[in-house]
Amino acid sequence: MSLALLQEAVSYVPFAAIGAGLAAIGAGIGIGKIGGSAMEAMARQPEMQGKLQGSAIVLIAFVEAVALFAVVVSLIAK
Amino acid sequence: MQINTFKTLLLGLLLSLSFVVKANESIEEKSDEKDFNVTDMIMHHIKDAHDFHIMDWDGHAISFPLPVILWTNDGLVTFMSSEFHHNDDGTIVVEKGGQKFIKFHEEIYYANDEADHGSYVSFDPEHHPTNVAPLDFSITKLVFSMFMSMILLMLIFGFSARAYNRSENGVPTGIAKFTEPLIVFIRDEVAIPNIGEKHYKRFLPFLLTLFFFIWINNIMGLIPFFPFSGNLSGNIAFTGVLALITFIITTFVANKDYWKHIFWMPGVPVPMKLFLAPIEFMGIFIKPISLMIRLFANISAGHIIVLSLISLIFIAKSIWIAPASVIFSVFISVIEVLVVAIQAYIFTMLTALYIGSAMEEHEHEH
Repeated sequence: MSLALLQEAVSYVPFAAIGAGLAAIGAGIGIGKIGGSAMEAMARQPEMQGKLQGSAIVLIAFVEAVALFAVVVSLIAK
Repeated sequence: MQINTFKTLLLGLLLSLSFVVKANESIEEKSDEKDFNVTDMIMHHIKDAHDFHIMDWDGHAISFPLPVILWTNDGLVTFMSSEFHHNDDGTIVVEKGGQKFIKFHEEIYYANDEADHGSYVSFDPEHHPTNVAPLDFSITKLVFSMFMSMILLMLIFGFSARAYNRSENGVPTGIAKFTEPLIVFIRDEVAIPNIGEKHYKRFLPFLLTLFFFIWINNIMGLIPFFPFSGNLSGNIAFTGVLALITFIITTFVANKDYWKHIFWMPGVPVPMKLFLAPIEFMGIFIKPISLMIRLFANISAGHIIVLSLISLIFIAKSIWIAPASVIFSVFISVIEVLVVAIQAYIFTMLTALYIGSAMEEHEHEH
């Protein structure tokens, strides 16, 4: 890779990292809300625990996927 | 229970030990050569390759050669990838059938007639190779992984089928004890609720194939030594083809109502219909694209995280980081075991959901 191009590529790295970090914040909030609500629901209706746990894990996987989309975009943008 | 957990942890640590041993060796040789580039190493590991790199020993790469199959201007050309001698910057030329080939960044090109600084590649201003490339049908690392998983799946389900033949009362024995609950789970929790009692049987084979194929490839990607460890389900072409099959099935089984809801949404005012139609139309394509990216991103990210944690040893250049790095990577690997199963399940469930929504019958207009 030529030097000018290398320098240009390097200068974007912090922004890509910031982007990934922001996505992690979003995913953290999302997973926190799901976990919190699932906990609350389980405390109210312990007999539903199994079902709630299953759907909570699937929902968490969905939220996580959004954060990973952002990671992929940061990787490409880098 | 306690002993079991302990055993599992011990096994995990033992498995990670291979990394530590490897780390120790590489530090010694790398430190006097050049700085270890973590990004390059990780990208090399998650990408496809023409040979299966196992380890470096004494500065020499030990790898498993795989066949290179090219469709060139003069027809079919085949040779083993070992003829490139691990060269990946276009300096070693392989001559076959009167044609010259070079490998540059895991792509095979026709070689230039004359070398420029030892390299037979020419570049455009953006440093992309300008050489012409033959059509590449090689058995690469990922294709090899895929054949492995196919054989494994055939063995697992062949034995399950045999187990049912042997049992007298239809009670599962042997490996069928493991596969039956999963198959019943996909049928009862994924296919029937999403597609409906009426049509689910037609799509069950596809959904089961999807689930087990993705799952076994994901798991094989997590095993960190030779015949496994290919990042197959973290390859966008692989997930793309699976998503494409879903897209084709959804499009072909779709009924009148499905298209009507896309192009002329009933029950909303005309300006809104005009507004919704393009959005819904794009939705047809966005659904499989999101399927593709979700699986690709999750599995690639899993590989990247594990490799980054291992790389902490190289970044810090100290063996004393190794315990922390190994414990963290075991922890992430355990989470990944959960994630790979969930991702296979989600891919299958969303496929069932899309098929179900394409075949849904609306009894009354709303």
